[in-house]
Amino acid sequence: MTRTVGILALQGGFEAHTKILRALGAEPREVRVPADIEGLDALIIPGGESTVMTLGIDREGLGEPLRALAGSGVPVLGTCAGMIMLDRDHLGVLDIRTSRNAFGRQLRSFEAEIELAGVQGGPVHAVFIRAPWVAEHGDGVEVLAMVDGHPVAVRQGRLLAVAFHPELAGETRLHQLLLGMNGAGRPTGVDGS
Amino acid sequence: MSDGLRQPRDEATFTVKAGLAEMLKGGVIMDVVTPEQAKVAEDAGAAAVMALERVPADIRRDGGVARMSDPAMIRGIQEAVTIPVMAKARIGHFAEAQVLEALEVDYVDESEVLTPADETNHVDKWQFKVPFVCGATNLGEALRRIGEGAAMIRSKGEAGTGDIVEAVRHLRLIRNEIRRLSTLDDGELATAAKELAAPLNLVRQVAQDHRLPVVVFCAGGIATPADAALVMQLGAEGVFVGSGVFKSEDPERRARAIVEATTHFNDPARVAAASTGLGQPMMSLESSKLEDEQLLAPRGW
Repeated sequence: MTRTVGILALQGGFEAHTKILRALGAEPREVRVPADIEGLDALIIPGGESTVMTLGIDREGLGEPLRALAGSGVPVLGTCAGMIMLDRDHLGVLDIRTSRNAFGRQLRSFEAEIELAGVQGGPVHAVFIRAPWVAEHGDGVEVLAMVDGHPVAVRQGRLLAVAFHPELAGETRLHQLLLGMNGAGRPTGVDGS
Repeated sequence: MSDGLRQPRDEATFTVKAGLAEMLKGGVIMDVVTPEQAKVAEDAGAAAVMALERVPADIRRDGGVARMSDPAMIRGIQEAVTIPVMAKARIGHFAEAQVLEALEVDYVDESEVLTPADETNHVDKWQFKVPFVCGATNLGEALRRIGEGAAMIRSKGEAGTGDIVEAVRHLRLIRNEIRRLSTLDDGELATAAKELAAPLNLVRQVAQDHRLPVVVFCAGGIATPADAALVMQLGAEGVFVGSGVFKSEDPERRARAIVEATTHFNDPARVAAASTGLGQPMMSLESSKLEDEQLLAPRGW
């Protein structure tokens, strides 16, 4: 059965995620208004500018529907600004506090190979663009990777958040992890799965 | 848990440079001349700001040599906002670009809006850690800039006019030339590279991918939400608004409206709502009525 995966498309790097999802056999759907959330099996919040996304979520009335979606157990992946949007100070669904532009301005942006707990097959190629890191996290949050002593990849239930961009390096394993999360999406039986 | 980094990190790679432009997509980059304007732009939803001394409309009005901005002004803007801060250097003025890199701006715009410093050579952008965005009026020009190391392209339009006609001309031309390349065989592509005066490897890449290898924004003449929707539908991946925001009657509302129209460019009802009650747009100039020496787009080659 083809999974429909929403990608928040108010602003930012949503297209690169679209390509990876298609390559993995999922059906991407750009999300700009609450009606776009109906029937999603998973959601990605991409990189971009978190200030722009925050304003857009308010303008479109997307805050409540997005919180409800994450709360219903639908798997969510946030990358870079997407990690920020999931944190306590924004959508408030992931028990972390992020520090924005924590690595510095663009001149400090970098790419690197990092070990990520739970991802098999060698290190992940990670692109950090004016990236955040996790400044604080609750006990229910599992840290999957650290850089410079700060968490840059975390998981809490079916919420996965990374400070970097797997999609810019053609790295598909995090998307596979998202699609493979237990009971992804609509409850069994409703859609005949 | 131990650090996950497996080897030394690589900074300033082309992936990292072009990657920031990827994150700006679907967004609006606004010209600002003071920290206060930068804050207004950020609060209205700008994805980045372009710090400059005078907006293009004022450069046109005042005349004289237009240069890189005062570093104090750029620092003030960097302190005022958390979004990326870009700044303009004159075409070929690599020392201005070095200064902007030292100031740690997030992107340098090697811009025809400023008075060119070199009539033969553009900046060798591969020598820099900071990424560059450059203007282009056609595909050959865009590929020459990318060959020199630009990590983002903007169609030039005609800055400071509020007239969208040149932006449309440049976007359509780039799009049509890309379409034509994808119909050619290998031998024909070599000839096309010669005709475009563009690097053959980039010409081959465009023919294969049916797109430029970097993000393309539209600049030069965007004054209304509908202008933004027009150029987005023509294939722009985001927009630069120069004089269009802060030379209008109600900059804050107009800025928000252009941001909204850039997100919902395919939804006419939303563009209509965004266009409603914005007050007067900037004072405009009809591009076709300008004298040749008043045109900015032919600067650079």
